[in-house]
Amino acid sequence: MAKRIEVKDLDIYYDKFLAVQNVSLTIEPRSVTAFIGPSGCGKSTFLRSLNRMHELVPHARVEGTVVMDDQDLYGPNVDPVSVRRQVGMVFQRPNPFPTMSIHENVAAGLRLNNARISKGDLDELVERSLRAANLWNEVKDRLNKPGSGLSGGQQQRLCIARAIAVQPDVLLMDEPCSALDPISTQAIEDLINDLKADYTIVIVTHNMQQAARVSDTTGFFNLQGVGQPGQLVEIDDTTKIFSTPANQATEDYISGRFG
Amino acid sequence: MPTSTPERELDLESPIGGPPLVHGTLPRWAPQFTLVTAIAAGFALFAVGTAVGLAAIAAVLLYGLAIYSWSRPIEGARKAKDRVVTAIVASTFLLALLPLVSVILTVVSRGVARIDPAFFTFSMQGVVSEGGGAYHAIMGTLIVTGLAALISVPIGMLTAIYLVEYGKGKLARAITFFVDVMTGIPSIVAGLFAFALFALILGPGVRLGIMGAIALSVLMIPVVVRSTEEMLKLVPNDLREAAYALAVPKWRIIVKVVLPTALAGIATGVTLAVARIIGETAPLLITLGATSGTNFNPFDGRMATLPVFSYYEYVNPGVPPEPSLQRAWTAALVLIIIVMVLNLVARLISRLFAPKTRS
Repeated sequence: MAKRIEVKDLDIYYDKFLAVQNVSLTIEPRSVTAFIGPSGCGKSTFLRSLNRMHELVPHARVEGTVVMDDQDLYGPNVDPVSVRRQVGMVFQRPNPFPTMSIHENVAAGLRLNNARISKGDLDELVERSLRAANLWNEVKDRLNKPGSGLSGGQQQRLCIARAIAVQPDVLLMDEPCSALDPISTQAIEDLINDLKADYTIVIVTHNMQQAARVSDTTGFFNLQGVGQPGQLVEIDDTTKIFSTPANQATEDYISGRFG
Repeated sequence: MPTSTPERELDLESPIGGPPLVHGTLPRWAPQFTLVTAIAAGFALFAVGTAVGLAAIAAVLLYGLAIYSWSRPIEGARKAKDRVVTAIVASTFLLALLPLVSVILTVVSRGVARIDPAFFTFSMQGVVSEGGGAYHAIMGTLIVTGLAALISVPIGMLTAIYLVEYGKGKLARAITFFVDVMTGIPSIVAGLFAFALFALILGPGVRLGIMGAIALSVLMIPVVVRSTEEMLKLVPNDLREAAYALAVPKWRIIVKVVLPTALAGIATGVTLAVARIIGETAPLLITLGATSGTNFNPFDGRMATLPVFSYYEYVNPGVPPEPSLQRAWTAALVLIIIVMVLNLVARLISRLFAPKTRS
């Protein structure tokens, strides 16, 4: 569980358009790494390149290497499906499967892959995942009700439970709280703190306070200008980024003097 | 455009005010009252009784005129227009309903006489004038349509899955184009296609149930492709991404996430496609011919179907023509009932399979 990711000289292209340029960084295991930056600067693109989800866009490709515990994710003969088995993802908008109950949603990662697992083990896994997502007490009496009947915050925690049920090594979160109210956000942030013990977590957020609250390391992405590729300006300890950043652009962005 | 009156203009000087929020309204019974009056006036104008259509048109026009001129000074221009447009929408709806109601009334009134057990249990074997039934035609219609659905649904659904989930380049555009062309094929051409196809294989003059099924599937496939395609497009991409992030291979995502989510819509689309082809006459006339006996085997000899049965009973009546004509109307009625049942089944299916949001 929990792997180190080393990214070296990563360029991400959509067809001919260079979206993200020259990113090199190391993501430590059992830590929370946050990425902040203005819209359109390639945070989400970079995040999605960590489990090869950006390839779902036709003609998207990368140059450079992403190494996860000595394995290059973009090496020849690497199956994107196996990469995603180890690197899970939570999205901006909660997206439980509407045809499935709460129980089936959490079990979806196994059920959709036809994993052979006894009913008792499956029930146990569902309970463990829901407990880990701080949702068990709220839904234990209605596991067979549809997942889309839950509130937005509960749905997002259901999606997190679904993501951790397949026991990935790394959990990517793409603005997981941007559609949620402050109380649900609080619940998710507490959850991130708990999950940190077992997983490597990478989170993209527009909320700088959130980055400061939950992360150990913070990276700042920025654009040089319209049509220019996004770049990683600076990455460092969160306390350092938010107190004495090395780069002027970072300081401007964090203190609200941006643009 | 009428300009607003001076006292309605925005007053930026005074701290509160502006145009008043309260407007005059017509009494609640105004539309009904005007409608009754307009209908009465319309019939008074064309009191002859033969000119019901003219009277109805006059009533609609009078209603629009009256409600507008009543509402305009009291409620203002916007509300008055709203009332007129409401009248237009309602009357065009009634206009569109007219042929449907008329057809149903005619077919029911003329066909209900022969809705008896004999009609559903006897074929026309050896029947010259009275009696007989459409058992052979009902069975033929069910078999041929069922076969057509069996051919069209897999082809159509797989095509739609290709177009939505895989197809991106020239091939997908070509398929979309040809599906559009197929939608416009006249049904007689589909019949001629099936006839020519089997004439090439089995020699000319052959008539089989399967030929009719193939002709009908030519008509049905584009409808299935179109409706399935639209339903698959409605499945949110979020769900596909969620499944991808759980390391599910693409084909499993399609089978286990996309199709179940869209199942209700697809089932409705398929049922409507069946309803669309079940009443086809021309292609079946060419490919199946007609017969008076019951034939359950679509691979051997002619088969009767309801539309063709109805047609032949009408153009070739027996010696006293009345029993034949009655059978023709009843066959049409049975066909309508089958289509209605299919529509109800489609609704039931979509309710059963629809993604549930509440308990």
